[in-house]
Amino acid sequence: MALSDQIKNKMEAIRYQFPTEQALLIPLLHAIQKERGWISKEAMVESAEFLHLPLAKVQEVVTFYTMFNQEPVGKVHLQLCTNISCWLNGSEKLLHCLEKRLNVGCGETTKDGNYTLSEVECLCACGTAPVLQVNDEYYENLSEVKLTQLMDELDAKLKTSEGNVIGKYVDSYPRGPKA
Amino acid sequence: MSAINFPNENRIITKHLEKPDTHLIGHYESVDGYVAAKRVLNEMSGDGVVDEVKKSNLRGRGGAGFPTGMKWSFMPKDPKDAKGNPKPKYLVCNADEGEPGTFKDSLIMNRFPHMLIEGMIIAGHAIGSEVGYIYVRGEYVKEIISVEKAIDEARAKGYLGKDIFGIKGKNFDIFLYRGAGAYICGEETALLNSLEGKRGEPRLKPPFPAQVGAFGMPSCVNNVETFASVPFIIREGAAKFAAMGTEKAGGTRLFCVSGHVERPGVYELPINVNLLDLIEHCGGVRGGRALKAVIPGGASAPMLTASECNVAMDFDSLAKAGTMAGSGGVIVMDETVCIVEAASILLKFYEHESCGQCSQCREGSHWLARMFHRIENGGGTSADLDFISEICGNMAGQTICAFADAVTGPALSSIKKFRHEFEEHIRLGRCPHKHVLVAQQVEA
Repeated sequence: MALSDQIKNKMEAIRYQFPTEQALLIPLLHAIQKERGWISKEAMVESAEFLHLPLAKVQEVVTFYTMFNQEPVGKVHLQLCTNISCWLNGSEKLLHCLEKRLNVGCGETTKDGNYTLSEVECLCACGTAPVLQVNDEYYENLSEVKLTQLMDELDAKLKTSEGNVIGKYVDSYPRGPKA
Repeated sequence: MSAINFPNENRIITKHLEKPDTHLIGHYESVDGYVAAKRVLNEMSGDGVVDEVKKSNLRGRGGAGFPTGMKWSFMPKDPKDAKGNPKPKYLVCNADEGEPGTFKDSLIMNRFPHMLIEGMIIAGHAIGSEVGYIYVRGEYVKEIISVEKAIDEARAKGYLGKDIFGIKGKNFDIFLYRGAGAYICGEETALLNSLEGKRGEPRLKPPFPAQVGAFGMPSCVNNVETFASVPFIIREGAAKFAAMGTEKAGGTRLFCVSGHVERPGVYELPINVNLLDLIEHCGGVRGGRALKAVIPGGASAPMLTASECNVAMDFDSLAKAGTMAGSGGVIVMDETVCIVEAASILLKFYEHESCGQCSQCREGSHWLARMFHRIENGGGTSADLDFISEICGNMAGQTICAFADAVTGPALSSIKKFRHEFEEHIRLGRCPHKHVLVAQQVEA
């Protein structure tokens, strides 16, 4: 797979914002992940070629940042915060609920490819803890009851075409100046 | 009722929080938005702005509390490269909010993005920069959209871009950069590396960013709330801002209160508000329970016991109390919390987030997390507590950045102040707290 024209155009649109080409690497990886869901070895090679960087420079960046998925994830990536404020508000119970309901552990994807469950560090929504990130979207002030309702809704959506847009914001980053 | 006498109209940043459309440029301009930027660009020199900010006693709101005006004054006037060509200067906004317990920058970016932009325009003029970057943490998608919309609005009005505010030759533009999930990028030199498309590993200092910053050029990095405080200082005067705080730290602060309080959230209050009053202001400890401990300035700040909480929240008072004001994240824990487990959770965070560059921190944070986990789960020994102190001694002050020092905050303070809980875990070979909880559940 080669980089799509859409991605290339986006990169050209923001190129003027930075004095170096390497600065485009993280925006490029975000754009690739948005399109493909994860960063494959192949994607790293394409990124390196596109930005004229040694492959190692790309690999070291991909492996440094937790948001870049180095393996495919499910249609819905559930990321539950278990840091201090969420823990004080019962995130541990929510984690057990999710593990039981999905029959997977943290870092695993359900067999049907619908959900990936991850435990993450502070999402900085501590005032509305506990918080679960569903793809890009935060669900806050959760309880076991609310979580069950949310999961029922997600299950229903996944059976329809709506399943493809769960928790995904209209693309806003990266982009250039308005025409 | 709350003991705090601070009317809503005195708030600097969140004065109009109750209005629904504060994120729009129309609303912002209807409440004197961009007045300060216009005045600065038309009437003030860069040095004049720096002096005014110095007089305001504004101190950085990101965590370290460094005087903002002084930081700006470190920027070289006319930097030139080896060939004598002028070097560009960069202004960078640190919006990589990540300190556990902190969620104020999110509020500013969602609700008051123009205040941040105006603050950056003023700062850009003060330090002589034509390009600003806002580095936002990757998970903040909503915030990114909000700030991008605001940048669009400001560009459309001619407040950003070329010849801003109609002044020929005055250029300043802001670009947004999305991080990708790394707590360490909140450290300013790690952030600069990340902005350059590299691993977010902190740099050795000196050289400081004012000499060698983003892309090797002189750069100035400030927090979101710091920038958002600047328009008020220019518009209403440094004296008014300074008068709201203590002798050494002016203005208000956005306190993020979370954990076991009735009404968690962001509260803008005088910077030296009393911690007990602040908790009371948030409806008190949840369920009328007793207070056990408070982390007053984000996860890295050493804990305070309930009896130590009668303290003012400004930088100097908290430093005197042996902790720090940090990022303004106040995490409240009630009597039901097991401090050993809480500390274990905090240490797990640092283990995950150490960038791995310095061995003391990479190994130390890992060992500490494992030891706290072991003690919590009943496998601790009496030698562990002293060994933890020894590890911390080998970490703090021994590394490139302050991350290792931050790890020792919760590790040492929890043991120092709640040693009996650790000893009880070791003696019983289990967490006494979990047992109690199970018993309560059985009774229920």
